[in-house]
Amino acid sequence: MLAATDLRVEFASRGRPAARAVDGVNLAVGAGEIVALVGESGCGKTTLARTLLGLERPTAGTVSYDGTPLSYRARALKAYRREVQLVLQDPMGSLNPRQTVYEAVAEGPRIHGLPDEEKVVAEALSRAGLRPPERFFLRYPHELSGGQRQRVVIAGALALDPKVLIADEPVASLDASVRGEILALLLRLRDDLGLSALVVTHDLGLAWNIADRVAVMYLGRIVESGPTEEILRAPQHPYTQALLSVLPESPERIVLTGEPPDPTRIPTGCRFHPRCQVVAAGNVIAPTCQTTLLPVLPAIPEPQSACHLTI
Amino acid sequence: MSIAWTRRRLAFGRFWASFRTHKAGVAGLIVLVVAVLLALVAPLFIDAGVTNVVSGTGAKLAPPSLHDPLGTDESGRSILLMIWWGSRTSLLIGFLAALLSMVIGTVLGIAAGHFRGWISAIVMRITDWFLVLPSLVTALVLAAILGGSTLTIIAAIGVTSWPSTARLIRAQTLAVEARPYIERSQALGGGHWHITTRHVLPNVAPLLLASTTLEVASAIVTESTLAFLGVSANKTSWGTMLRGSYDWGAATSGAWWYILVPGLCIVTVVMAFTLCGRALETVLNPRLRRAV
Amino acid sequence: MSLLEVDNLSVTYRIASGDVLAVRGVSLSLEAGEALGIVGESGSGKSTLAMAMLRLLPKDARTEGRILLGGEDVLAMKWGRLRAVRWAEASIVFQGAQHGLNPVQRIGDQIAEPLLVHKLATPEKARARVVELLEQVGLPAWRARSYPHEVSGGQRQRVMIAMALACEPQLIIADEPTTALDLMVQAQVLALIKDLIASRGISLLMISHDLSVLADTCDRLAVMYAGRVVEAGPSSGTFRHPYSQALAAAFPTVGDPTSRLAPQGLGGDPPDPQRLPSGCVFHPRCPVALDTCSTVDIDLRPAGDRRTAACVLVLEESC
Repeated sequence: MLAATDLRVEFASRGRPAARAVDGVNLAVGAGEIVALVGESGCGKTTLARTLLGLERPTAGTVSYDGTPLSYRARALKAYRREVQLVLQDPMGSLNPRQTVYEAVAEGPRIHGLPDEEKVVAEALSRAGLRPPERFFLRYPHELSGGQRQRVVIAGALALDPKVLIADEPVASLDASVRGEILALLLRLRDDLGLSALVVTHDLGLAWNIADRVAVMYLGRIVESGPTEEILRAPQHPYTQALLSVLPESPERIVLTGEPPDPTRIPTGCRFHPRCQVVAAGNVIAPTCQTTLLPVLPAIPEPQSACHLTI
Repeated sequence: MSIAWTRRRLAFGRFWASFRTHKAGVAGLIVLVVAVLLALVAPLFIDAGVTNVVSGTGAKLAPPSLHDPLGTDESGRSILLMIWWGSRTSLLIGFLAALLSMVIGTVLGIAAGHFRGWISAIVMRITDWFLVLPSLVTALVLAAILGGSTLTIIAAIGVTSWPSTARLIRAQTLAVEARPYIERSQALGGGHWHITTRHVLPNVAPLLLASTTLEVASAIVTESTLAFLGVSANKTSWGTMLRGSYDWGAATSGAWWYILVPGLCIVTVVMAFTLCGRALETVLNPRLRRAV
Repeated sequence: MSLLEVDNLSVTYRIASGDVLAVRGVSLSLEAGEALGIVGESGSGKSTLAMAMLRLLPKDARTEGRILLGGEDVLAMKWGRLRAVRWAEASIVFQGAQHGLNPVQRIGDQIAEPLLVHKLATPEKARARVVELLEQVGLPAWRARSYPHEVSGGQRQRVMIAMALACEPQLIIADEPTTALDLMVQAQVLALIKDLIASRGISLLMISHDLSVLADTCDRLAVMYAGRVVEAGPSSGTFRHPYSQALAAAFPTVGDPTSRLAPQGLGGDPPDPQRLPSGCVFHPRCPVALDTCSTVDIDLRPAGDRRTAACVLVLEESC
């Protein structure tokens, strides 16, 4: 339904090499599917999400929706907004403090000139679990709890009746006890409305909770993808293995040394080799990892990983 | 619609409750309301005739008396009536010049803050250029070239005083645009017009109100200065009266009322605007800091 | 005798619209060399509790109860003594490492500052100590000459830990030490903290909203809800209070089939500390609440396995 083909996004800055935030990504989100895009901060996952929304223009490659490549003309983009919507991490910041709940949810319908504004708003609010909706109309964001605010943001997106929701860390700034409710809401929207979702997160538990498929991103590229059960239970890529191993319940830790490297200086060969625990242990022929480039993974549902060990 | 009205009424209620705690601001507001009301109702009681040189009925440069409570000028005109009538010109110029400066400053400030890249660069260079230009001299030259009418004076003051507003609004626009709700609005399909009018403008408006109030005060002072320096709208204003008192040697001839009355009027009104503006700033700014 | 003993501590903030009961009668104890985790959501009072330990609360907070640090009452200390206790005997690692460091001072000078302030070392000795401390937290010695903006978030948090260690305190209070950090960096910092307590016998009081982080690092856990400890016990056992159980379920175990496509959470929102519900404060959100829960408030009571929980159901089961 929503697909990225060979997507590249670079940020040029004066006097420095361009940062390759997204460096060749194929990704597809099917109808009624929830895909989790997992990665550490700085891996380019937020840039990828913004590009899929058309908020950022790709340097190369295409974003396509329903098979048609996205056009960046104002009118086409506006029509695209009714299909693909955004939910941000920080619900307090995503709501204008001077607008009431009603105005925040009505913003989308007003921009697109939808009829029956009040009915649309009331329906979106109750779908997002704020019932009865009239009770929330005149409230301001600061009078709501974190979970309620995130529901308002979700209602604002639902008011346009989209087919795909792109959620950037939707529960990262919420309290633990509220988190499950918001995730359950995303699942329920999928079941009731057939909504697809791309959930960008650093939290593997979240992926386990709601995602049908997982794509693990490292330094601008997807290094492993496939059905959630298979990827999270039997990860093939050393990076995914390391990420899973630092979860509290895992028996053995693989703590990678160093920080995520710089997207302005992507290592040659396999981009993960400087931090790879398998390379560090001397179990592989290091020159291959250091010099031979890996192909970009295609957008297929089957499990796959971009590692010299598995290819 | 009713929801929006309820909200506005509530917001205004909160604002007023907070403004009321600033005694000086309230005092300034009362003075302003009285001054503006007096200026508005003036035509019901007097007309431009009171400023006519030939219509002076009293003695020349007569001190305050029962007949002319604030004395007379060199043509025997009543200072009181002239001040009353002149307040219309002074206030009009003050308000309109501030409005003009505010509109230019807001449009350019929001444009410079909203559109990045070359638009912002060009607008900011123009702003800087106007900012370093000595505004009083420029206004003098402009008014002299365009000829003296109320509109020219307004234009001269407005065109020279907007850069600081533009800077202020640009900074505030940048702060607002960094907020995630701008991104959300973009994702909802909002264009430039939608984002600047629905999100940026309401967020800079309180700051704008405070700065405009202060701007009116400075426009009145500039008008008086221009008039004193000989560039005026050929209509009686407090500035032209001061000029007259200087021309006729009121200071040396002991006609203190001729200097003092227009001078005090300017000081009082400017003070009132400043007090009001400062109170607005303190009332509206913490809310901005908390909310934005 | 315990290193830290908190007895019936209450903290009330006085604000314009009334009193806010942030902490309501909390009792805790921490043995030397032990790690205690305090978990709670925003507004549960956990950070207020941490700040109260060293009297770092703002002026509008009223503190009642007793805090005994090494047998000495922190709340009764004179100002000079309190200053000596801070850093030298107990030090705090704050969340958000970027604000805890002075941006215009070199890292080395900031680590040395408490040593020089408390006159524990001469400038030369302090320099040597800085190098030693940096090594302990896994940073090269030349980092002493860097400014905070030149190092990454994880490294800044290491610097904060080095600062806390500088005066060799017996107790470290860590308030969300890994919250803003990435998964991998978080694992690095947690490994470091664990290593330090094990090797030097320091006690740790760690505060977090993330149960899994605490369960991993601490020996014992205390769960806070609306200003109160609702459950305390060893971090390895199973929770008895329904709130702790909900918190534990919120962070699923990857690979656990029961949580697959079934995120679990609690309905409702944390209560407003100015309008607490009657009875057990948790009853409006409790999935297993009885009728009596809305009227009867339950204190902590034994729940087996060195565990206490404030729930009426726990009593019925253990009887």
